[in-house]
Amino acid sequence: MAEKTYLQAISDGLRQELQRDERVFVIGEDVGVYGGAFKVTLGFQEEFGPWRIIDSPLAETAILGACSGAAMMGMRPVAEMQFADFISCGWDHLVTVAAKQRFRVGTPVPIVVRLPSGGGFSGGPFHSQNPESSFAHIPGLKCVCPATPEDAKGLLVAAIEDPNPVLFFEHKHLYRRIKGEVPDERYVTPIGKARTHREGDDITVITWGAMVYTAEEAAKQLEGDDVSVEVIDLRTVMPWDKAAVLASVRKCSKVLVLHEDTRTGGFGGEIAATIAEEAFEDLDAPVKRVCAPDCPVPFSPVLEKAYIPQVEDVVKGLRELAAY
Amino acid sequence: MATETQVEVVMPQMGVSVSEGTITKWLKAEGEPIARDEALLEISTDKVDTEVPSPGEGVVAKIMVQEGETVEVGAVLAVIAPEGADVSAPAAEELPPAPATQEAADASMAAASEGVGDVAEAASGSGPQSASPAPAPAPAASGSDNGRTFVSPVVARIAAEHGVDVAQVQGTGNGGRVTKKDILAFVEAGGAASTKASAEEPARQEMPAAPGAAVEPQPAAPSASPATPPPPAPPAPPQAAPLPGAQPLAQGEAAEPLTAMRRGIAEHMRRSLDTSAHVTSAIEVDMSKVVAIRAKLKQEFEAAYGVNPTYLAFIARATVETLREYPWINGEIRGDKIVTRNYVNLGFAVELADGKGLIVPVVKNTEGLNLLGLARSVAEIAQRARDKKLNPDDVQGGTFTITNPGGYGTFHGTPVISQPQAGILGTYAVVKRPWVVQDELGQDVIAIRPLMNLTLTYDHRLVDGALAGRFLRDLRKRLESWGESDY
Repeated sequence: MAEKTYLQAISDGLRQELQRDERVFVIGEDVGVYGGAFKVTLGFQEEFGPWRIIDSPLAETAILGACSGAAMMGMRPVAEMQFADFISCGWDHLVTVAAKQRFRVGTPVPIVVRLPSGGGFSGGPFHSQNPESSFAHIPGLKCVCPATPEDAKGLLVAAIEDPNPVLFFEHKHLYRRIKGEVPDERYVTPIGKARTHREGDDITVITWGAMVYTAEEAAKQLEGDDVSVEVIDLRTVMPWDKAAVLASVRKCSKVLVLHEDTRTGGFGGEIAATIAEEAFEDLDAPVKRVCAPDCPVPFSPVLEKAYIPQVEDVVKGLRELAAY
Repeated sequence: MATETQVEVVMPQMGVSVSEGTITKWLKAEGEPIARDEALLEISTDKVDTEVPSPGEGVVAKIMVQEGETVEVGAVLAVIAPEGADVSAPAAEELPPAPATQEAADASMAAASEGVGDVAEAASGSGPQSASPAPAPAPAASGSDNGRTFVSPVVARIAAEHGVDVAQVQGTGNGGRVTKKDILAFVEAGGAASTKASAEEPARQEMPAAPGAAVEPQPAAPSASPATPPPPAPPAPPQAAPLPGAQPLAQGEAAEPLTAMRRGIAEHMRRSLDTSAHVTSAIEVDMSKVVAIRAKLKQEFEAAYGVNPTYLAFIARATVETLREYPWINGEIRGDKIVTRNYVNLGFAVELADGKGLIVPVVKNTEGLNLLGLARSVAEIAQRARDKKLNPDDVQGGTFTITNPGGYGTFHGTPVISQPQAGILGTYAVVKRPWVVQDELGQDVIAIRPLMNLTLTYDHRLVDGALAGRFLRDLRKRLESWGESDY
């Protein structure tokens, strides 16, 4: 076991799968010679050759169309969108073809789409989004949002193994900031299982991705108020671990749902609605959401900070719930 | 000038006997700036609905009691802080929870059991001049105002499972709300030998399983500790009703919240009947002279003063004069004493515009008012009652009450005395009736006369029937012999 960054963990997991399974190949913009915009596939082309590490044209439609076809023919493509934001160009292949193929004719479509997502570095409206809820809404697609290096590797392996199209949201802000122990050997982290990032009794925070760390910081501050906050890292948004969430809600009875995506139609709404439906009689306060406002991501560092939920925003929400 | 230190806004004392009030509406949100004396919130007590002004200038730093909640007088409702100040909220203990039962309401509340009693309408007799009631907002009937603090779903469930009356639990949440922790602690305290874990356990076990959600064993459940038997709580009511008396609605039934005013009326009506020995005597009054004089004065009063000399003003004036000779009817039993006065503070039952409440504003020192003064005062205070502009003092200190259930044509009634007074006069419709009178030759003839019935409902503990009869006789005499120059 070695300490690795979030980015290294993804890179290792991908390399191991390329080594283990000949059907696995990588396709994307600048993933070959350049090693990827974020260097996840650095050295891959040398190791696996240009036919398995394919530099594609600047055309997400083509990338995802090729992936769909290859997957139907038995391959295990791993596509990289240079930024998650660009996935909208490939919407039709993903949503109309890949997501529905199994349902329609029974053919599995085992694609993994790696999506460097999230903001916090003044990337502006085209390079900072968290579009997981758009795809969580599409039956037939799975959405994975790891927060730790260990989960990033284990979930990537699970995504590649999975016979369905899986969107793998890797948070750019975590790439080099977050380090953790990652097993060297191959392992699978099951899709659809949440993780208790931090145990508590008074308030449950449900979140995923980079917001797990924001929640953790806020939870620490609440210790000073003698309020014990539990942080549930959903790990996968679709399918999501309803049982784990409801169990925590039943324990704490007060809930804050936190995500970096915008508020309206964000996946937090689905979680809040499910809690209202299935754990109403366990609630001691209204379910609170802390998320980005319904606005494109601003460039300005000041505005971006105001836009992305910060530790103080979560602390404020938690204090309101504690006082309720 | 801005507030230098933070100021607490407290539930004001809205009259000597008012012990609690309900927040009906916040006019400012947290963080909004506010000037000194600017209206901050609206409250409803069993006496009056009114606005509470800000005691200082600055920003609304913290709202401590939510709309719909009922708190005791003196409870901190909000904190006004200087702009930009660091706000420290008062400790939760300073917020007493809403008491379970309504404290004694004041005597000046709601005297007329008939519930009509619209002064202005009745007073104008035939009605065309009656002041049209202003479309006042419904008194404190905002839906959430049921006079109780909010009970969260989990608290309701735990209360039902353990047969706990939530009102008995000391709350530490917002505005004294009972939180899950509070009720669990209460349950725990109730089962002396049991541990906290065992108090929580039954709640978990009886928890309905969420469909499709295979809930794993709670990590918090102390699996190591042997399952102590749950505390000896009374069996849960079958309908899982957390509040006593909250029966489920049957088909076709509808429910609306009991407003603070209605609660006050209900309490006072019942208390009055339990206190006084109510007896009602009635008398018929020939109103010919009053009708004639009123017709004459009406134009003059309206032109000169903008005041309508209503029948009620005539009756009130005659009543005040008559009460002078019957101090016990204007008195009260206070402990082991009979208290009489040298003044008459006259209450008038006024129906609110929405038909959902009754209030009895009091005109003070009517013994010093002539017909014009009485007519003006009654019209003014009745209008303020409908506009919800009454001050607490306006509904206090009455010594005798007049109610007019005859506005819609009724000819008799038995109103309920406004405690602790000794009597209440009921006035009824003026109707033309065949009446036996003597002509100038001393012969009996049948004439058409405008007749009005008056009732005196009195406390037979203090007022004997003969006394009441003499009072009504004298009152009739005053009205029937009203002279043009009498005031």
